[in-house]
Amino acid sequence: MTLLAVERIKLFTTRSPWWCLLTALTVTVGLAALITATAEADFPLTVEVTQFGRMFGLMVVMVMAALAITTEYRFSTIRSTFQAIPNRTAALLAKTLVVALLAMVIGELAAFGSFGIATLIQPEANLAISSAADWRLVAGTGLVYGLSAVLAVAVGVLLRQSAGAISVLMIWPLLVETLVPVIPRVGDDIAKWLPFTAVDQFLAGPTGNPPLSPWGSLAYFAGVCVVLLAAALVTANKRDA
Amino acid sequence: MIEAVGLTKRYGKTLAVDNLSFTVPTGRVTGFLGPNGAGKSTTMRMILGLDAPTGGSALIDGKHYRDLHQPLRTVGALLDAKWVHPNRSARAHLQWMAKSNKINPKRVDEVLDIVGLTSVANKRAGGFSLGMSQRLGIAAALLGDPQVLLFDEPVNGLDPEGILWIRKFMHRLAEEGRTVFVSSHLLSEMALTAQELVVIGRGKLISQTSTEDFVAQATENTVRVRSPHLSALRTALGRTGVSLRDEGDSLVVTGMDCAEIGELAASTGAVLHELSPQRGSLEEAFMQLTGDSVEYHAGLAETIDLVAAGK
Repeated sequence: MTLLAVERIKLFTTRSPWWCLLTALTVTVGLAALITATAEADFPLTVEVTQFGRMFGLMVVMVMAALAITTEYRFSTIRSTFQAIPNRTAALLAKTLVVALLAMVIGELAAFGSFGIATLIQPEANLAISSAADWRLVAGTGLVYGLSAVLAVAVGVLLRQSAGAISVLMIWPLLVETLVPVIPRVGDDIAKWLPFTAVDQFLAGPTGNPPLSPWGSLAYFAGVCVVLLAAALVTANKRDA
Repeated sequence: MIEAVGLTKRYGKTLAVDNLSFTVPTGRVTGFLGPNGAGKSTTMRMILGLDAPTGGSALIDGKHYRDLHQPLRTVGALLDAKWVHPNRSARAHLQWMAKSNKINPKRVDEVLDIVGLTSVANKRAGGFSLGMSQRLGIAAALLGDPQVLLFDEPVNGLDPEGILWIRKFMHRLAEEGRTVFVSSHLLSEMALTAQELVVIGRGKLISQTSTEDFVAQATENTVRVRSPHLSALRTALGRTGVSLRDEGDSLVVTGMDCAEIGELAASTGAVLHELSPQRGSLEEAFMQLTGDSVEYHAGLAETIDLVAAGK
């Protein structure tokens, strides 16, 4: 508990979490507002459409999570951290947990905010979160944001540089995962097992012929995050701070 | 007490710290002296468990740093004043550190007061001058009221007032019975601050003595003698067993003071043109001891050539 409080103090005594919270909400809720306000009468407004901005919000959250650790390396406060808490695994796990919890809250706010603004703008569309799939889509965003924050912290620990970590976290889901299916013959088979494809299968799926159920896909994504985090912890313990 | 036993750190082919063994006693200010690049900071990082030694170990009161319970209560350290998030306030920086070792939050204001930063406690640390950053670093080191304190080049970049403040402060900490280990590449500074010295060069131990002994031994007093009857004087001095050295038209005598030489000259009837005590500077002494162990020689002649060639 002490370590969680330490990381909470550290996170909220810099400005970046507030900016990220604001940006993530503006982007997701703003896009939802824009898309519902400009939708043509014959455009079917669904719960899924209101969540259009989720990937943008996810990017902002991953940047925040990565920065929470890479700035510690940049300003060498990681040394002060390890000096105060020589158990590096505990120190880094506490940070990961605090960042992930914040990311989760941002995710829920973004998802329900997007849905809420859509119902305000187009009340006659009779939007409702009714089916299990709807709930997964909206409420599940928080889970995805939280796990993605774990992934981002792990990448941040491994790379130790803001620019490098952010580049990887942007290029992987936006470029690599969209281009893999283009590879002849094996492309589609690999694509099914890519982490952010699994995220889509959880939130908006199942589409196509996924190897896992929606919740299985989320578990798979969580597994990827945990493996990366474990690698990051092993590295941080071996490396000179 | 800090104890290094065969401490070794290798980076690839470079041996940064080479089988270094020394002890830092309690209740004294111990200077850690060596030229830039001698391995002082690396050694301090190993003592704090930040860098893993390639060989040997560093113990604090017989324990490895990582085995200390709430380490900030045992060891306070200022390795680099810039290890602070620039957008975090001085108070917030100390608050998280205090929290991590379950130190009473009231202590934060106490240490801010001790170092004189109370008025800027809520300002972002990124805007601090080097002197203020150093003070914040010292506040962080004092947070857990530790018995052992490590400071890496604490007076670097400080104005004379700041230097004096730090010097007095270290003495006070040692008088309170704490172990104070402070590194510097300036012997003149260490001669004023430290009572004990651990001198290293190229990662190797050169000597561990009291500052007094080190200075006395390093800056042997000599006397310069000029006389038209130098050969007679040389014979007379030679009989007493002191060491003699010719320097131009004068004789440099080691191991005898001016009064004794004057009396000897009078008894041999030698006329004296000069009889002057020579005192070697601390810097010279330091250079003598560490001269061949400086990592990066300036290559003065080369530099002058380059300047002359207009490069």
